[in-house]
Amino acid sequence: MSEAVRLSYDVSADDFTHAGEASGAIKRTLKKLGIDMEIVRRVSIAVYEGEINMVIHANGGVIEAAISPTCIEIWLKDKGPGIKDIELAMQEGYSTARDHIRALGFGAGMGLPNIKKYTDEMKIDTEIGVGTTVYMKVNFT
Amino acid sequence: MEKIYHAVQLDTDKCTGCINCIKCCPTGAIRVRAGKAKILKELCIDCGECIRVCPTHAMKPIYDRLNVMDGYEHKVALLSPTIFGQIRNLDDLDYVMTAFKKIGFDDVFETSRAAELVSEATRKYMNAGNYEYPVISSACPAVVKLIQLKFPDLCSHVLPIKSPMHIAAKMAREEAINKTGLDSNKIGVFYISPCTAEVTESKNPIIDGETDIDGVIGICEVYHQLVATMEKLEKVEPIANSGLIGVSWAIDGGESAALMSSHYLSADGINNATNVLEEIEEKKFKRLHFVELRACSAGCVGGVLTVKNPFMAKARTQILRKYLPVSTNHLEKDDIPKEMLFNCELNSVEGMKLSDNLFEALAIMQKIDGIEKKLPGLDCGACGSPSCKTFAEDVALGYSNENDCVFIMRDQVQHFAKQMSLLGMNLGEGRADNIDDIKESE
Repeated sequence: MSEAVRLSYDVSADDFTHAGEASGAIKRTLKKLGIDMEIVRRVSIAVYEGEINMVIHANGGVIEAAISPTCIEIWLKDKGPGIKDIELAMQEGYSTARDHIRALGFGAGMGLPNIKKYTDEMKIDTEIGVGTTVYMKVNFT
Repeated sequence: MEKIYHAVQLDTDKCTGCINCIKCCPTGAIRVRAGKAKILKELCIDCGECIRVCPTHAMKPIYDRLNVMDGYEHKVALLSPTIFGQIRNLDDLDYVMTAFKKIGFDDVFETSRAAELVSEATRKYMNAGNYEYPVISSACPAVVKLIQLKFPDLCSHVLPIKSPMHIAAKMAREEAINKTGLDSNKIGVFYISPCTAEVTESKNPIIDGETDIDGVIGICEVYHQLVATMEKLEKVEPIANSGLIGVSWAIDGGESAALMSSHYLSADGINNATNVLEEIEEKKFKRLHFVELRACSAGCVGGVLTVKNPFMAKARTQILRKYLPVSTNHLEKDDIPKEMLFNCELNSVEGMKLSDNLFEALAIMQKIDGIEKKLPGLDCGACGSPSCKTFAEDVALGYSNENDCVFIMRDQVQHFAKQMSLLGMNLGEGRADNIDDIKESE
């Protein structure tokens, strides 16, 4: 049995122009491994949403991924302000993004709901003032 | 498996082993090994980018010379519409057409006539169906091959209508048979092309496997003779029968504009085409109905076998088409004729995956990761692979050796030099009691 392939990407704060690089790299890796394109697309969207969240809310962070023969697991780790009310944050259309972020067309409140929609498993660990880790998993079969 | 034919070939005597070609290849299909470039045939899409950048002209386009006509009783020149934009101050297509009849051809036929039929057929196809949008143009063979190789999921999006080149060749042959009464095998149809991918496509069609083309002659092969002949023309024959729509296929956006719809995207240049396909693959733009991609800058006028600057040629084409009727060729019936349609599915081509087995692919990727960590990440290309990442892959798959990296090599030389000098010092004393120094240095 082979070990999981581990990937890691830095996401920088307030850098919208480069957001999407991690999801792009993960997509290319999955394609190279021959994963079904429909699954690749789901992972790519979910990670992209996560990346944008980290840029908007959390001063960036680190994205780690582990690819095993059965699934891909992803951890979006940030040292941001933490999420006050997870239930509210999971609601479609709810967003705490500031006005200048909304002016750029982000902050529609679809980030976390989309991650949930496109993944098989999702978990949020958050502590106010310490940071948030969003865990997601997509199965290959 | 059939032999892979390519219209891009290397003259090894001229190749100096520089890294220009490996750096520009859009599919990473070239390596430098033992001081010479090597094309990985299964990855090459015949776009010709390497021909453009090769400083010693070792990367060469392969196309037929005019003597390919020898032996045919009736010779037809099939003109790509790109040829018109090559000629200065041209205001009448018939000058070019007539000149071809003076340089050895018995008749001339414009591919743009078939292009107008393809435009009409595409409009019908787009109106009739409920497809998974966007529909992607099938006209550029380099782009179609790029899709087969790197975007297998998009194969089903490719417009299942044959390219104007193939359809025009069939029309030209039938017309010649009717005119002359000769047997088909005595008639030679020779495509005058701007493009290496079309050379390959005519020898080895992606779809169908059959073609009515007997030879592909590069525009650059006939250009000078053609211009000289045109200058001496006394009488111009009225042969041309193309409209604005057909001639516009020579430039980027021409095919799309003929669809009379605003929901299209057109992009030129092979890297732009790749980027657009990445986005389509992620379904980022759902309102798009049609996508026209051309491997060459400015469209087919930018082909490797053309003579003039692509953008100048594009501007000339725009001026020339201004006085043409919109379209002079039309389908005879309401349905798209069967012979214009693909007669089989467009299949993907394996080549980019690490392995069919996910376990194995993961193991290889582990290995690649390990090797990549040792590399400097400069993508210098001195190892002969286009980037450190590709080099790591080549080593993991056994095609390269770690020591081909000059940085790894340098570290090793340094290490050995240190050991040697320590050993030398000890030998100088005539005894090896400082053996601990050597161990420490390791």
